[in-house]
Amino acid sequence: MQDYANAALLLTNYLVVPGIAYGCQLALGALGVTLIFSVLRFSNFAHGELMSAGTMFAIFATWGFQAMGLSFGPVPTALVALPFAILASIAVVLLTDKAIYRFYRIKRSDPVILLIVSIGVMFVMAGLIRFLIGPDDRTFNDGARFILKAREVKDYLGLSEGVTIKTSQAITVLVASIAAGLLFWFLEKTKTGKMMRAFSDNEDLALLSGINPERIVKLAWVLAAVLATIAGTLYGLDKSYKPFVFQQLLLPIFAAAIVGGLGNPLGAVIGGFVIAFSEVALTYAYTKFLAYTLPPAWVPDGLVQFLPTDYKFAISFVILVLILLYRPTGILRGKTL
Amino acid sequence: MKTLRNPFFLFGAYGVCLVLIALLQSVQLALGILGLGLISAIMALGINIQWGYAGLLNIGAMGFAAIGGATAVWVAADPVPAAWSAGGADLLLALFVVLGAVVIILVLNRVMPSSAFQKICTLAVGLLAFVIARPLFGKAVEAIEAVDPALSGYLGGLGAPILLSWMIGALVAAGAAWVIGKIALGLRADYLAIATLGIAEIVVAILKHEDWLTRGVKNVVGLPRPVPYEVDLVEMPWVLSLSNTLGTSADDMAAILVRLSYCVLFAVVLLALLWLSEVALRAPWGRMMRAIRDNEVAARAMGKNVTKLHLRVFILGSAVVAMAGAMLVTLDGQFTPGTYQPLRFTFLIWIMVIIGGSGNNWGALLGGLVIWMFWVEAEPIGLAIVSLLVAVLPEGNEIRDHILGNAAQMRLALMGALLLLALRFTPRGLIPERQVDTRGR
Repeated sequence: MQDYANAALLLTNYLVVPGIAYGCQLALGALGVTLIFSVLRFSNFAHGELMSAGTMFAIFATWGFQAMGLSFGPVPTALVALPFAILASIAVVLLTDKAIYRFYRIKRSDPVILLIVSIGVMFVMAGLIRFLIGPDDRTFNDGARFILKAREVKDYLGLSEGVTIKTSQAITVLVASIAAGLLFWFLEKTKTGKMMRAFSDNEDLALLSGINPERIVKLAWVLAAVLATIAGTLYGLDKSYKPFVFQQLLLPIFAAAIVGGLGNPLGAVIGGFVIAFSEVALTYAYTKFLAYTLPPAWVPDGLVQFLPTDYKFAISFVILVLILLYRPTGILRGKTL
Repeated sequence: MKTLRNPFFLFGAYGVCLVLIALLQSVQLALGILGLGLISAIMALGINIQWGYAGLLNIGAMGFAAIGGATAVWVAADPVPAAWSAGGADLLLALFVVLGAVVIILVLNRVMPSSAFQKICTLAVGLLAFVIARPLFGKAVEAIEAVDPALSGYLGGLGAPILLSWMIGALVAAGAAWVIGKIALGLRADYLAIATLGIAEIVVAILKHEDWLTRGVKNVVGLPRPVPYEVDLVEMPWVLSLSNTLGTSADDMAAILVRLSYCVLFAVVLLALLWLSEVALRAPWGRMMRAIRDNEVAARAMGKNVTKLHLRVFILGSAVVAMAGAMLVTLDGQFTPGTYQPLRFTFLIWIMVIIGGSGNNWGALLGGLVIWMFWVEAEPIGLAIVSLLVAVLPEGNEIRDHILGNAAQMRLALMGALLLLALRFTPRGLIPERQVDTRGR
């Protein structure tokens, strides 16, 4: 019995907790991609860099606070700096939209052209970010490290396995739930949110009923910037900030958005968790878990890992391919494709 | 403005720049730029076949270039018999199990009616194959990588002439492209983009981490060359007399000759491909492809099997990119998976195609040559500009150090800006697509 309790704790510690935190981060990223897709109708490849830029602003603001000698106890400074970072990101997206995307929108260019344009934006942003903050790895989490330490849990339960919950993980879940909750409330209940959904459903009909398209587009960018900044900062707090990572994060985020159903916000959240849990579960080495649950003679001596962590992002790709093959519109029906 | 758009003028300007580089910097650098420019032009040709002819968005050129490069290793590297005897049998057995499972699954899907039970059987067979093959594979890999890890630790290649790999690389990539195309074509254009992006990353990750295959990040160096070595050339009497007449050292002469012969090899391939592409573009086939690109629905209504044709074009273009990848490894004489960066191998090629003129093979060629020259020369020029700008700041200033330290990162932003400017102001490129055969013959 004790063995099973240990096994359950082990999985909670190494699968469930990191999976939930990572899932929240991916879900926020995928929500941004999905929003831009449903309103502007193209896949925004610059979204990863937008997350990166938001995180960079948060780091700058954090440094600013730290230079002023402010600290917020167990709460990471970056969390307090978040609103400032969000404002900066909003300025960035609105400027990019005005300077770059608007031209193609008015010309009614093919979405593929907009996609290529977003690749150009991605590179400009990536270059500027690396120029401003440098390509190095940075940690900027200055709050309390842990909420729950493995040792405390072990002592309390009298078991040999414990559960660790990092502050950054708890904050991730909390902030992500609030952000997603507000977004859904906005889309479902407010008039502007309804306008946005109407615009995404049928552009012509929305125009006919007097919805101002430029306003909706601006709003979509603002929401995407907010979500991206939060997602990037949470990811950076949880792991570390490295500009290079966000290019690789693009694949899981797109996979999450498509798996859930591109253009469907709820789908983006579900997709985020599907991708996150598959990644964590397939790269985890199950040796210790099997040692607890199987009779000693049956325990294999290898790592019992489905895939090495080097191929982490291949998992999101495989899931993406499976979805494209069997259910191209995603788990929840997304846009007609 | 019209002369500026004249292809002869543009190619002439490129030639003048090349000569200037040869005179001001060095002949070897100029030939190096030309050689890599020719390879880039072939890659651009491949992407142009996909994007320009058919409107397929492939942003995974890096993956296909890497497949071509790896094929160069498999074809040309010396075989490692010790590694084969250590782990070859287990490896082949694992491969056999996987292939067997694939065959069984295919047969099951053919014979059984589509049902939940069939899916469960498929899954069970797959899982069983995994459980059997995984330990075999692990054992084989461990044994292979243990064979003289400092020098080999991989299976090696066939020891065949490296020129063969140009063809074989294209074939291998064609196979990969077939699989990807089967999955991602026929869906939204975005999906092909995301799928190719993903597959490129996965290919490079495999080449980096599977040491038994290509030595991973330990790199394969010293691949055999299709052209003579400098050390042999310096001893040849005609090289000596040539260097005497031209007034260069024999070493320089040999290096120049080697680079020149590479350039000739690449140029031959490029011209052959260019000729084939031009012929294809003018043939009814090219007309049909453009018709599909411009109005897919109408083409479908005319009874054209759009998905099948897209698949063909996708395979063709990817094979061409892979051929260029194999040529690149041939030129370098080494295979270094760590150097496969999306910026250099995917997006640079895209910039070449778009600036050169999508849909026009000559445009792709010009874009490849010019953008590669720009890419090489942008670094010294950019650094010079940045140093000039920060000269106002005092020595040892923190901001000055930061800017100088990170100036290299600006290349990324510059290339992005170039792409955006081209898309905005010359969306049809330097040599736009010709509006040929609209006469309805």
